[in-house]
Amino acid sequence: MQVPAPFEYERATSVDHAIGLLERLGSTARLIAGGHSLLPMMKLRLANFDYLIDINDLHGELGYIETGPDEVRIGALTRHRELLESTQLAAAFPIFADAERVIADPVVRNRGTLGGSLCQADPSEDLSAVCTTLDARCVIRGPGGAERVVSMEEFHVGPYETAVADGEMLIEVRLPVRPGCGSAYEKVERRAGDWAVVSAGAAVWLDGGTIVDARVGLAAVGPNTTGIPEISAALRGREPSESLFEQAGAIAAASCDPVTDQRGSVDYKRHLAAELTRRTLRRAVERARS
Amino acid sequence: MTTVHERADTFHDNDQKPVGYGRMLRKEDPRFLRGRGRYVDDVQLPGMLHLAILRAPVAHARIVSIDTSAAEASPGVRAVVTGAMLAQQGLAWMPTLSNDVQAVLATDKVRFQGQEVAFVVADDRYAARDALELIDVEYDALDPVIDARRALAPDAPLIRDDLEGKTNNHCFDWETGDEAATEAVFARADVVVSQDLVYPRVHPAPMETCGAVADFDAVDGKLRLWSTTQAPHAHRTLYAIVAGIPEHKIQVIAPDIGGGFGNKVPIYPGYVCAIVASIVTGKPVKWMEDRSENLISTGFARDYIMRGEIAATRDGRILGIRTNVLADHGAFNGTAAPVKYPAGFFGVFTGSYDIEAAYCRMTAVYTNKAPGGVAYACSFRITEAVYLVERIVDCLADELGMDPAELRLKNFIQPEQFPYTTKTGWVYDSGNYEPTMRLAMDMAGYAELRREQEEKRARGELMGIGIAFFTEAVGAGPRKNMDILGLGMADGCELRVHPTGKAVVRLSVQSQGQGHETTFAQIVAEEIGIPPADIEVLHGDTDNTPFGLGTYGSRSTPVSGAAAALVARKVRDKARIIASGMLEVSVADLEWEKGAFHVKGDPGTSVTIQDIAMRAHGAGDLPEGIEGGLEAQICYNPSNLTYPHGAYICVVDIDPGTAQVKVRRFIAVDDCGTRINPMIIEGQVHGGLTDGVGMALMEMIAFDEDGNCLGASLMDYLIPTSLEVPDWETGFTVTPSPHHPIGAKGVGESATVGSPPAIVNAVVDALKPFGVRHADMPLTPSRVWDAMRGQARPPI
Repeated sequence: MQVPAPFEYERATSVDHAIGLLERLGSTARLIAGGHSLLPMMKLRLANFDYLIDINDLHGELGYIETGPDEVRIGALTRHRELLESTQLAAAFPIFADAERVIADPVVRNRGTLGGSLCQADPSEDLSAVCTTLDARCVIRGPGGAERVVSMEEFHVGPYETAVADGEMLIEVRLPVRPGCGSAYEKVERRAGDWAVVSAGAAVWLDGGTIVDARVGLAAVGPNTTGIPEISAALRGREPSESLFEQAGAIAAASCDPVTDQRGSVDYKRHLAAELTRRTLRRAVERARS
Repeated sequence: MTTVHERADTFHDNDQKPVGYGRMLRKEDPRFLRGRGRYVDDVQLPGMLHLAILRAPVAHARIVSIDTSAAEASPGVRAVVTGAMLAQQGLAWMPTLSNDVQAVLATDKVRFQGQEVAFVVADDRYAARDALELIDVEYDALDPVIDARRALAPDAPLIRDDLEGKTNNHCFDWETGDEAATEAVFARADVVVSQDLVYPRVHPAPMETCGAVADFDAVDGKLRLWSTTQAPHAHRTLYAIVAGIPEHKIQVIAPDIGGGFGNKVPIYPGYVCAIVASIVTGKPVKWMEDRSENLISTGFARDYIMRGEIAATRDGRILGIRTNVLADHGAFNGTAAPVKYPAGFFGVFTGSYDIEAAYCRMTAVYTNKAPGGVAYACSFRITEAVYLVERIVDCLADELGMDPAELRLKNFIQPEQFPYTTKTGWVYDSGNYEPTMRLAMDMAGYAELRREQEEKRARGELMGIGIAFFTEAVGAGPRKNMDILGLGMADGCELRVHPTGKAVVRLSVQSQGQGHETTFAQIVAEEIGIPPADIEVLHGDTDNTPFGLGTYGSRSTPVSGAAAALVARKVRDKARIIASGMLEVSVADLEWEKGAFHVKGDPGTSVTIQDIAMRAHGAGDLPEGIEGGLEAQICYNPSNLTYPHGAYICVVDIDPGTAQVKVRRFIAVDDCGTRINPMIIEGQVHGGLTDGVGMALMEMIAFDEDGNCLGASLMDYLIPTSLEVPDWETGFTVTPSPHHPIGAKGVGESATVGSPPAIVNAVVDALKPFGVRHADMPLTPSRVWDAMRGQARPPI
């Protein structure tokens, strides 16, 4: 049995209580939601915190999926399983269900949360790639109830690092809704439940036969999940076609920044970036049309 | 998903238990399914302390100094012990099972990342673990030897300077077969194919890690040791030798063991540390490894770098097989194999084929990696041997343009040739290979699969069909040439029938999940007719079971199973004499039907084994010269190994875009002679096949160039899940062993041995359109993609 270093533990009773504790304890404290990344790191003593603030009791406050005409709002403590099972979310953004099906296993999905996934800021993390693809906005609340909203590019500032400062907490993720949308996600893993070798998310917005906008988000090929503006630029105003997807794939392969590791070589990962970009764009377009 | 096929003879309810062989639910399962198993970590003794081990952070470094003062002052700490302190007691080094020595705690330098450097004993495991961080060790870094291929380079750093006169990293040389005769057949062969192969280092990763609870009683001088061991009796003797405690004052108890696969055969420094800690503190001490410790420091498997060569005629007659092997044994030779077999039973690399000559030359080297080598259900290196021969036979088929099934069928040893002496001196007891192969091909629909493959290839789809046919050698001894540190590989068994006709059978072997409590009850039941439910099977406690060498190398049924059958026959012989007295007829006038003796020609006049048991313990006369009681003991020394065989066929599909391999079908036909409990056999086969998928597609203990282990957690060292395996299709043939009392052969490791080459052969077959003839394991998507582009590389 692997055992963590000593720490103190407190259960937060409200978001403001949690933020108050974070403010007081500073960088020695860490929020715990699902804990499926944090606890293994603590047991391996790769992460050592003096205080853990358990926010699982805040699920009533922060566990929700609200779909509106302009925006989908998801509470930070919404569990993977809730994201997977939400029919309204699947109708708006099928990319979520695609991704959730390949995230870890049912035990992890019962407990892990959207906010925890984004705040862990693992470069291989699936929901970060999904949120990057969908151009999500992250709502960060600080002391006194002050809120700020940042883009995914701003939210992730490096591997395992986010824009959330001491005394702050991610409370909500907002996804802009536009007409004619289709989205998809695909992941290559060495084994079910493993982190991605590479994964890709794609979203397209069609008007008639034309791509109004398109976004691709890649995981595991850079310091953070990567959105690729060049692909959006290349696809906007064009009609979907295999050669266009091919072109997008080539941009993905050239724009990403993978490293060789046990999961695969740089060349293979670039190849996958292209392959998965093509596949997800193809499926996103099919879904946008249907 | 794995599903278990319903079979007509599957027993769904306990009322249908056989009295003897047949499908029967496992007697041990109710306690496991209800969470009532009792493992080493469940042992709680009054006043028990906890031990944690400080391990080397680097692969090769001299220890300059160790400061334990802060750790000693840490709350709850009772003792901090270093190698220097053990050296004062002469306990810093211990013998390995291969006549080498291994440091219990490092004294001079550390030789692999994860090596034991010091230990802390504290009131709880948290306090012990926290105190490890306060031990200050100063290291003087040395260059490590990580690549076995460079271990013998003149400028390679010397690892084993503890061995007097040692000037290089050479571990041993070994050869088998006839070099000149093999050279001659290669010289006259039409076709010679050569292929380099790597069987990477893998790890058994049992669900339960290793650990022990040591309880030394200073008053009566007795050591009780609960430990995760597959061989409790052998361990007891070795502790007596190492620690100097008299053997009758050592009791080794292996309670329920959560998987072994050979990982729990060696004696690890942690066990010795726990014993020392109990002696030093006067308290019981528990040590349980965590997952990372298990993966980085305990017995690994494989790590053979092989060149295989095969010579044949143009029409596909195999003439000879030759191989050159470089074996990486890590920092200490901790191989757990019979001492006269430093390469285990790798000598069976000639496989199932009738050939004219064979030769193997092997060099083993030390490297700065964890010790081990024989583990992971390998049947003492038969995994490596079968992989070698089955891979190069496929390379030959490719070269000849022959179907790989046809090539194998053409070269099989024929049934009338058994017992068959191989060109490396192994005497295969029995076999009938063609029916086994034909059954597998029929189950697979082999011809249809080939047609489907042809159509798919035309469409650019990648489908592969892989075959492996194996013969194993399992059930070590015989004791005359097989021993572990002088302990002959034989096994005892004791059977006692109680007055009411219930029985207890005591074994020297140790289950780690194999189902001994069921299988051995069935063996005894078959012989004396007492239902398995009425037979208690005891094992794992050296004070209460007869001596024997334990469970590994698929040896339980071949050796201990024979002992159980013979001891039951001994009891039955005595029962017959008692029955003759009871029925007042001569022994010759009695006939045995399962569970009772009756008078010949008068089936109505009979006594049951239960009647006889009561008579044996009751009042009244027994036949002259017969003592009371109904029990017997035996020590069985096998006259030969048993040689199970099997035909495996694997079908894979590969995504041409991502290079991901999907095992679509797997057909496994096993012949392990007499089948005692087919359900248990199938369960073992299912597990072994899953292991094979892991090794072929994902598992590898890799190191970086500094010797850092890259497989130190189950996030990095992948083992397969139910989602990676197909619906297993199992079948069987029965070729009994002629020398085993009930004709049984071992089967526990057959699937682990046979499945990796079938899967690799299937992947290579799928990649044929890319001109691929070989690709090394693990066949991860990235490595398969390399192969598709003509850039297949060894994994090291």
